[in-house]
Amino acid sequence: MSKEPVAVVGIGQTKHVAARRDVSIAGLVREAARRALDDAELTWADVDAVVIGKAPDFFEGVMMPELYLADALGAVGKPMLRVHTAGSVGGSTALVAAGLVAARVHGTVLTLAFEKQSESNAMWGLSLPVPFQQPLLAGAGGFFAPHVRAYMRRSGAPDSVGSLVAYKDRRNALKNPYAHLHEHDITLEKVQASPMLWDPIRYSETCPSSDGACAMVLTDRAGAARAPRPPAWMLGGAMRSEPTLFAGKDAVSPQAGKDCAADVYRQAGIGDPRRDIDAVEMYVPFSWYEPMWLENLGFADEGEGWKLTEAGATELDGDLPVNMSGGVLSTNPIGASGMIRFAEAALQVRGQAGEHQVERARRVLGHAYGGGSQFFSMWLVGARPPES
Amino acid sequence: MTREETPGVRDIAVVAFAQTDVLRTTDELSEVEMLMPVLHSVLDRTGLKTADIGFTCSGSSDYLAGRAFSFTLALDGVGAWPPISESHVETDGAWALYEAWTKLLTGDADTALVYSYGKSSPGSLRDVLTRQLDPYYVAPLWPDSVALAALQAQALIDAGEADESALAAIGTRSRRVATLNSHAQLRGTVPQGDYAVRPLRTGDCPPVGDGAAAVILAAGERARELCSRPAWIRGIDHRIEAHSLGVRDLTDSPSTRLAAEKAGVFERPVDTAELHAPFSAQEIVLRKALRLDDSVRVNLSGGALAANPMMAAGLIRIGEAAARIHRGESDRALGHATSGPCLQQNLVAVLEGDAR
Repeated sequence: MSKEPVAVVGIGQTKHVAARRDVSIAGLVREAARRALDDAELTWADVDAVVIGKAPDFFEGVMMPELYLADALGAVGKPMLRVHTAGSVGGSTALVAAGLVAARVHGTVLTLAFEKQSESNAMWGLSLPVPFQQPLLAGAGGFFAPHVRAYMRRSGAPDSVGSLVAYKDRRNALKNPYAHLHEHDITLEKVQASPMLWDPIRYSETCPSSDGACAMVLTDRAGAARAPRPPAWMLGGAMRSEPTLFAGKDAVSPQAGKDCAADVYRQAGIGDPRRDIDAVEMYVPFSWYEPMWLENLGFADEGEGWKLTEAGATELDGDLPVNMSGGVLSTNPIGASGMIRFAEAALQVRGQAGEHQVERARRVLGHAYGGGSQFFSMWLVGARPPES
Repeated sequence: MTREETPGVRDIAVVAFAQTDVLRTTDELSEVEMLMPVLHSVLDRTGLKTADIGFTCSGSSDYLAGRAFSFTLALDGVGAWPPISESHVETDGAWALYEAWTKLLTGDADTALVYSYGKSSPGSLRDVLTRQLDPYYVAPLWPDSVALAALQAQALIDAGEADESALAAIGTRSRRVATLNSHAQLRGTVPQGDYAVRPLRTGDCPPVGDGAAAVILAAGERARELCSRPAWIRGIDHRIEAHSLGVRDLTDSPSTRLAAEKAGVFERPVDTAELHAPFSAQEIVLRKALRLDDSVRVNLSGGALAANPMMAAGLIRIGEAAARIHRGESDRALGHATSGPCLQQNLVAVLEGDAR
């Protein structure tokens, strides 16, 4: 049984900022959706279904906001599906939307993810107040810092690697007009001198809280043939989940991440990711996750990921650029962050990434993760349609 | 959409269903503890283990749980090790079933576990549900779910399509047939009660309760191996309407009608329907949209007026419809789920058993 090939023919995002006080939640999502439709030169009437995702509803204080957003997203009279898989949700949402096309349930699907974090406080929203849990787990950084420590001890990576990632991503963000943080005076010294928040994670090595939305128009082969600009083709996509905490969990390199990547590579016919994949947009909310995920995703052997970073391979002009857009470190509307990774990967293979375009980006990986490093979603997109 | 007689398309069926008893309070149970017996039960019915399942999808709501990412704890209960292919919708489990159905259609998996759960007892459900509304113009006024349903009931009465005694009869019938459903929360003779919000009396409103449900889907021959009479999903579709009540005709449900058309409901009569109508007046609206006459057995489980566990009640409707096919009590059944105020979003599934 064959699946319908899935093409990305429209991409839109908002200019991400700390607070979009000029728009409602509906206004924010509509802005991204309109841009995606404009990119595809389609209208609301061309959309068969809407798949929307975001991280917890508590961030904006709206329960099941898809109900309220149906009008703004032109979904009235259409199927509208809501996805929520923690931080990986932006990626998962795109994959659920892609599934509708692949299954030939719908021809053209609008998918969108958003977060308007200015309407709440993400740090405390992420500090889980449940019984029998350590009471001082302040924010995501408090959860992930020990895992970073474990990585440093395990790999022998020097302390300097985290700062290199942050310095790179913030410079990349200067080339991306939609990125939240545009730190024109950024220097490596400034990153290194920034305050320690959750040792070993410094202030400048953490993601901001952003308001923003990202949308994509996904379509079938016939839709792609009508597209005005080159489509990005989905060559593989997968989700994997594992429990939050259990004896034997490898929080540094979770099995679910490895399995998810392996599934994507199998679908896409990738034998050696380091050789066969041209660039990666990965979910790096704290700088040390770049070397950690390089290993988890199979771009480097265990304990070797930091060497790629240190050698400059992951720079925009390196041989494996990572987070060309500036990444989550520069832009983090949590519910949208995963979809932005997927969309940036698609922009690259379409040759539409502007100043942060990587030359000869034929196959690019988009990656997202969430929860306690337990939910993973990834897709690999290419400039050419899948064979078969 | 309907998958009937489309060449090269997989047949997918509900092969097992399990649910909890729905209870007014479950103080002594966490959500995970409430869910676990249901997961074991539905797996036992097929002999499958978690590791045998190709795709898992769940539905629940953080707002009921009172904490962000509440579904992660349920996943721990599922036992997602080795890692599983899994997803979650922040709404009724009927939509998780829809996502799982599309996953099976792509051929990426042959079996799927779908579950959903909700505990309404820890909070005030009427207050909690106001947080679903337009956050700028409506939610600040805190109009609650019963008040909004009362607007709908009054609109129906004003249109001459119902009166209070007709509404009362629906509640009475639902709870009478629910005496045969050991999982239902309100069973037998229940007083119609005082007005909750005119014209709705307490008997027109669903009980507030906690519960969970689970379903297993399987494709093609796998379904026949796992179930002696699979409930084949002949069509399934869902549609949403505008959010603002002011732009909707509350006496009608065009989204239900459209979903039913796309799911193929009107191609042949159904013998059974399980409707997710939490309020008595909504059953009238849905019957009209679905063109169900008195020849169709509606809500033999007692429906949502007998038990309405948030986020599971819609999945239970599909499960109940499927279970009747499994037991040979139905040949073509309709399952319906709703979400949002006054039937804003609706899902319709058509299930069929093999010819006898």
